[in-house]
Amino acid sequence: MDPVNMKEVQEALDSFKDKEVYLHMETTNGAYASHFNDKFFSAGAYIRNAKLSYERAKITGPGPYRVGLKIPFGWVYAEGITHYEIDSKSRLLLAGHDYDGKLAVALQLSETAFE
Amino acid sequence: MEKEQHVLVVFPHPDDEAFGVSGTIASHINMGTPVTYACLTLGEMGRNMGNPPFATRETLPNIRKHELKEAARVLGITDLRMLGYRDKTVEFEDPDKLIGQITDMIEELNPSLIISFYPGYSVHPDHEATGEAVVAAVAKLPAGQRPKLHLVAFANNTIDELGEADIVHDISAVADQKLAAIKAHQSQTQYMIDAMAEGLKNKDPQVMTRLTFEQFYTYKL
Ligand SMILES: [Zn+2]
Repeated sequence: MDPVNMKEVQEALDSFKDKEVYLHMETTNGAYASHFNDKFFSAGAYIRNAKLSYERAKITGPGPYRVGLKIPFGWVYAEGITHYEIDSKSRLLLAGHDYDGKLAVALQLSETAFE
Repeated sequence: MEKEQHVLVVFPHPDDEAFGVSGTIASHINMGTPVTYACLTLGEMGRNMGNPPFATRETLPNIRKHELKEAARVLGITDLRMLGYRDKTVEFEDPDKLIGQITDMIEELNPSLIISFYPGYSVHPDHEATGEAVVAAVAKLPAGQRPKLHLVAFANNTIDELGEADIVHDISAVADQKLAAIKAHQSQTQYMIDAMAEGLKNKDPQVMTRLTFEQFYTYKL
């Protein structure tokens, strides 16, 4: 993965516009957060292979970045995005890594289902 | 360490075996005891991606699969089984499916000892679900035919509620193999390997304990 290049990410987001795409999205602070610090409230969520389409998408912010996808009846939103990759299967992988290199958020789009 | 007939190790994540039990595994194998390691997932949802990142959410499973195979190789495990569950989802599966798979392995291998996590004291939901399924599978067997259960507990309330572990193995003779197994999972352990090697050199008591002793609780059914 490389640090976000806004122009390339925006182009990739636009390329999936109005297509049926699979979404992987997650946010997490790790299953061990409360084990190491009992004052820490552990939370996370992920969805894998939600099928959707969007009419509008944008990456914005000074970095870390925010991404919003406008879907027919609502929105997909992620913040904290630091890195991107367009992989060999033409999937757009966006991720936010914390200062220790741990994944904190991910938003990925693909025309075929993720394995 | 008692000589076993066959040891079955059941954990949900690649690297679960490395920290807590790899010295014990190596010791059994060095005594000529066959060890089967059933690993439920590939740790697909692991968070260590590196800075700069060396992995993505999509490449991590394959990386961790190779690391798992490498860890098995350095420990001498020849029967490694990857059960194909997905990280963080074990507790949501039908428990009878996993219990059935463990029951089948017990029938096939006739282990005298099973190593897994201690239900209620193993922190991660996948660990808990795995330990529960192992205990349930063994509980279904007639009392005289049950393998021993040596379970790993590390929740913060373990000592308060279970007391000290009743099984303590001195694994100093295979400390190098243990360190190599930890190293094999480099995507997950890179950040601590240097510190551990340094600690070993300086005889840091915490690191020495980690590379000298492994502890288990005998689970009584
Ligand atoms: Zn684990």
